Amino acid sequence: MSDNNTQQQGNAVQTTGHAWDGDLQEFNNPLPRWWIWTFYATIIFSLGYWIIYPTWPYANTFTKGVGNTITFQNDAGEEVTTHWNTRSLLIKDMQTGEEATKQKAYLEKVNAASYEEILSDPDMMAFANSMAKVVFADNCAACHGPGGDLPEQAFGLYPNIADDAWLWGGTTAEIEQTITHGRNGYMPAFGKNLDDEKLEQLANYVLGISGHSVETDKAAAGEKIFQGQEGGCYYCHGADGTGLKSQGAANLTDAVWTVANVPGAVKEEDKVAAVKRVIKNGVSRQMPLWKSRLGEEQIKLLTLYVHELGGGK
Amino acid sequence: MKFRFAHESIEINAGLLIALTLVVISIGGLVEIVPLFYIDETIEEVEGVRPYTPLEQTGRDIYVREGCYTCHSQMIRPFRDELLRYGHYSLAAESQYDHPFQWGSKRTGPDLARVGEKYSNEWHVQHLEAPRSVVPGSIMPNYPWLSETALNTSDIEGKLRALKMVGVPYSDTDEEYQANVERFGEDAAKMLDIHTAEENLIAQAQAGNYDGDRSNLTEMDAIVAYLQLLGSLVDFSKYDEGYFAEFR
Repeated sequence: MSDNNTQQQGNAVQTTGHAWDGDLQEFNNPLPRWWIWTFYATIIFSLGYWIIYPTWPYANTFTKGVGNTITFQNDAGEEVTTHWNTRSLLIKDMQTGEEATKQKAYLEKVNAASYEEILSDPDMMAFANSMAKVVFADNCAACHGPGGDLPEQAFGLYPNIADDAWLWGGTTAEIEQTITHGRNGYMPAFGKNLDDEKLEQLANYVLGISGHSVETDKAAAGEKIFQGQEGGCYYCHGADGTGLKSQGAANLTDAVWTVANVPGAVKEEDKVAAVKRVIKNGVSRQMPLWKSRLGEEQIKLLTLYVHELGGGK
Repeated sequence: MKFRFAHESIEINAGLLIALTLVVISIGGLVEIVPLFYIDETIEEVEGVRPYTPLEQTGRDIYVREGCYTCHSQMIRPFRDELLRYGHYSLAAESQYDHPFQWGSKRTGPDLARVGEKYSNEWHVQHLEAPRSVVPGSIMPNYPWLSETALNTSDIEGKLRALKMVGVPYSDTDEEYQANVERFGEDAAKMLDIHTAEENLIAQAQAGNYDGDRSNLTEMDAIVAYLQLLGSLVDFSKYDEGYFAEFR
């Protein structure tokens, strides 16, 4: 580089010898030597690359590379050797790669152990938490929020799984079932069968059983609808209002609200309105099944993670 | 002046310079791209991949119109980290009916090649209207007009005909329809018939109820139908991993 600069600054600048329009000339500043030689070296390198790696197409196929193969095991456990390609490389990496092997050792341990064993083993739980956190972020956080905690605007759209309430059950077996096969959360819309007055009475009753102060005469009328054939709420929520897990029906007696935004309501009538809206419109929530997307080990790790998030049963 | 093939004659002859420059720079493209059209292994032989139904194709056009591809790729590469995050790497066969393809190497948002069936329809609607209401850290813009804009279904026949011209097997004649029945099965073949495209489009949107409102057909119906299909056509549990390596 410095050579070039001196050349341009001095008087004796080389030209290409071309002349246009009589006197228009062109400086000749050759590329630095090191650059030229590096360029030649890459050409020589490419000759070796052409021979060793798949490169040139011919007829309806291509050169496969000489002496450059990858060996991996297929599903049947047989050894397969192919020419170098990124797909075989991935299979091999997943089977014998350094990171994959390290992870596999843990995964096998997790696979062999029961939920109780893992929960009582701090080392395995540390692995489960660190790996499941990533799986959760990639797959679950879009609906359930990062860390299982819902953003405020998504209240009621998806269950909050960081709290202590379990719609479909909070044991490891139940959580595994939920993740593996998905769930269809459904409550019929009662807006067609019950008029506004009756919806109001029901809402008062529902708020009453979870300890809110309500208008007692309305709540008493609401109890008749809840426990009778007219509403039939007890089918799924139970006569005591604690909810049937088999139906994914919410426990109405605790302080946790999964659909009606009672915690976000300031005034008493807003709370009634929020509950009324849910009874009127019903609920239809769907959790996709994950067995086709996640492996058994991943579901097991997620189960543990979710169990710990919400204080599992 | 007598023509000599020397550096000087190229430099002082603009037309020749342009012509020869074009020849030189097209060599790289020709050598890399043209062989893919006649190498046997380019597109994997795999079951399940079919052209888009009229509704999905309409959704795809909205996807392209809104420029989703400027932030989202649809190409999972064969690396361990991508496999762990997104699922099986994309096959060439899976985008064989894409015009234009949605591959890419720049991801501002996540890859969408296997987003189909991952989330519920309700989630997609909510997320497209207001992404931050479900993903607080998202930088994706809101697309509220998708739910408000009625879906234009009248031009679907023309769209399918255009795609047919570039090689997508939508059927125009009885013969082509029969060929599709054999290739994709009867249910799929019906959806690929150009003559019934508009009624098929409306019927699928009604049945799928993608935006949660059957009373009107919006652009949201179409784009959610398209998103829910992405990457879900091939059942990878049916294949040995080594099988796909045979095509490379």
